[in-house]
Amino acid sequence: MADRPRTLVEKIWDDHVVASEPGAPAILAIDLHLVHEVTSPQAFTGLRARGVKVRRPERTVATADHSIPTTDPSVPFTDELAIKQLAQIEENCREFGIPFHGKGSPLRGIVHVIGPELGLTQPGMTIVCGDSHTATHGAFGALAFGIGTSEIEMVLATQTLLQRKPRTFKVEVTGRLQPGVGAKDIILALIAKIGVGGGTGHVFEYTGEAIRALSMEARMTLCNMSIEGGARAGLVAPDETTFEYIKGRPHAPQGAAWDEAVARWHKLPSDRGATYDREVVIDGSALEPMVTYGNNPGMGIPVTGRVPSAAEVDRAVTGDVDRALAYMGLTAGQPIAGQKLDVVFIGSCTNGRIEDLRAAASIMRGKKVAEGLRVLVVPGSQQVKRQAEEEGLHEVFRAAGAEWRESGCSMCIAMNGDQLEPGQYGISTSNRNFEGRQGKGGRSFLASPLTAAASALTGVITDPRTVADVAVAAAAEAR
Amino acid sequence: MPEPFSKTTSRVISIPRANIDTDQICPARFLKITDKAGLADALFFDWRFTPDGKRREPPSFIDEPQNQGRELLLVGDNFGSGSSREHAPWALRAWGVRAIFSTSFADIFKGNALKNALLPIVVSPERHTALTALLASDPDGEWTVDLQAQKVTLPDGSAFDFEIDPFARSMILAGTDEIGYVLSKLPAIEAWEASHPARVDTREGVPAR
Repeated sequence: MADRPRTLVEKIWDDHVVASEPGAPAILAIDLHLVHEVTSPQAFTGLRARGVKVRRPERTVATADHSIPTTDPSVPFTDELAIKQLAQIEENCREFGIPFHGKGSPLRGIVHVIGPELGLTQPGMTIVCGDSHTATHGAFGALAFGIGTSEIEMVLATQTLLQRKPRTFKVEVTGRLQPGVGAKDIILALIAKIGVGGGTGHVFEYTGEAIRALSMEARMTLCNMSIEGGARAGLVAPDETTFEYIKGRPHAPQGAAWDEAVARWHKLPSDRGATYDREVVIDGSALEPMVTYGNNPGMGIPVTGRVPSAAEVDRAVTGDVDRALAYMGLTAGQPIAGQKLDVVFIGSCTNGRIEDLRAAASIMRGKKVAEGLRVLVVPGSQQVKRQAEEEGLHEVFRAAGAEWRESGCSMCIAMNGDQLEPGQYGISTSNRNFEGRQGKGGRSFLASPLTAAASALTGVITDPRTVADVAVAAAAEAR
Repeated sequence: MPEPFSKTTSRVISIPRANIDTDQICPARFLKITDKAGLADALFFDWRFTPDGKRREPPSFIDEPQNQGRELLLVGDNFGSGSSREHAPWALRAWGVRAIFSTSFADIFKGNALKNALLPIVVSPERHTALTALLASDPDGEWTVDLQAQKVTLPDGSAFDFEIDPFARSMILAGTDEIGYVLSKLPAIEAWEASHPARVDTREGVPAR
């Protein structure tokens, strides 16, 4: 039994099963619980009603990201509900002894950006958060997934969850990516291929030459959108790239503990001969920059492509194209490049890290954004913001005519006043193009930071390879 | 604590759309609440109202007069995709929905629904097609969902069985709380923690507030 080849996911699973009774889901131990202001208040209310404490506050960390404003902190914030929600998480954390990185903290940021940058996210861990993009942390070879508020209360009370073992889905991306193509394009291409429900009931494991070559931040972008393909989690096996990223971060193991941890992490990758419930192979060398045209993240095409008609897609995979084109105001057959835009949003837990901002800046340096276009650049955390400012990226964006903001989820979820107006077209480096997601009646196109930045210069959807030497840009991104 | 639930009989609302995401079920701007109040009004809000706040004409699905008080939904594939917000099942339950029929449900939504005694009933594509046709020909027929028997009975008396997680089923039937169940296993949790050192301490290196 012990010799049976196991996948990365099975190894983490086996290591965290506390108890498993016949007929009941396993009780799975949770190593790290990330908390934010939007999905947690009712869970704390539940704890109080039970008279239960937080079992492991030292395995819990909280921040404020979703409803917090990204405007200048000196400007008064007037959203009464958001103010109350932000006050509530601070109070809840104080009462229950949970470390909290709130307004004014230099460590505040989007929950999935700060976990990795603080070194809290480590290989082999189980990590949960009341947010579906918790899959981001899978980039480190952690089993990380989003949970609901009842489950938040469960983790707060017990530091465990009741879980059924997920099925596994191997996503192999072969070859080398072309210049101008990155992790965002891989994940949009995967979801376009399998559909937004394609990974339901499964956990992705991303493998292959193209994945190995990705930086940690690119792997986070990739894993982040696993949920858009229906998978609660998506993992990349840890390797030297992973260890290099973690080493020296505030919560990284040190000294002898570091060596012990690396030895442990080396045993995590899936064994030779391990089997998966499903597999798909994507030729990474054939990918182009991707952009979505519709109202689910699976409605994606190469930026060189044309908007499909309903007859040209498999409805069971892609969804209702007629409805999407009606909402989006697009015509089947039109080239997606050249589509007019009103807003560009660069940020989010998908693409709000320093490499993303470097990539966007490499395109926008010395240039101006198109006239009449609103361009928001929102760093993923206050640490990312400071790093960008040390590198002068904020000056690049401001000189180009873009807005440079405080960190937060911002226009990805449009809870804090950063939003599309009805009918507006926005290209966004975020993760969801659902109807109204970025503002009532707003119409979203999802793309990479390179594509969004290129489009910012022209005011229309633009292939980044046509406005810049993307090989140079890619080098800047990876520096 | 949840109320026990075992059976309901109701007419059915058809929403023939696939990939209904949780941003449609409960738009994000309704997530600023710190309790569960008012969510019935948020349900499918942007389908029901124009961006400037006018009720759409004709009224959308749950606003149609004949659909008031109905507890069952028949929806397209992959219901509940997207965000993990439990506000989605809270809104559905607050409006009065007890069970949803689809060919599949997104994983996080399904788990959240079961924790709120909202039944996600998975049917085959063939059965879904037949149920859609039945609803078209008999839009006011009453269906009975019996969780105890794991059976759905249609207006003509015919019936079919459905699968549901057996643990969740027993919890809903008894009105038992999962957290209470796990807290009863505390010795096992303590034993696991004793043999598995903590990987991180989030309190280290955090500036004092």
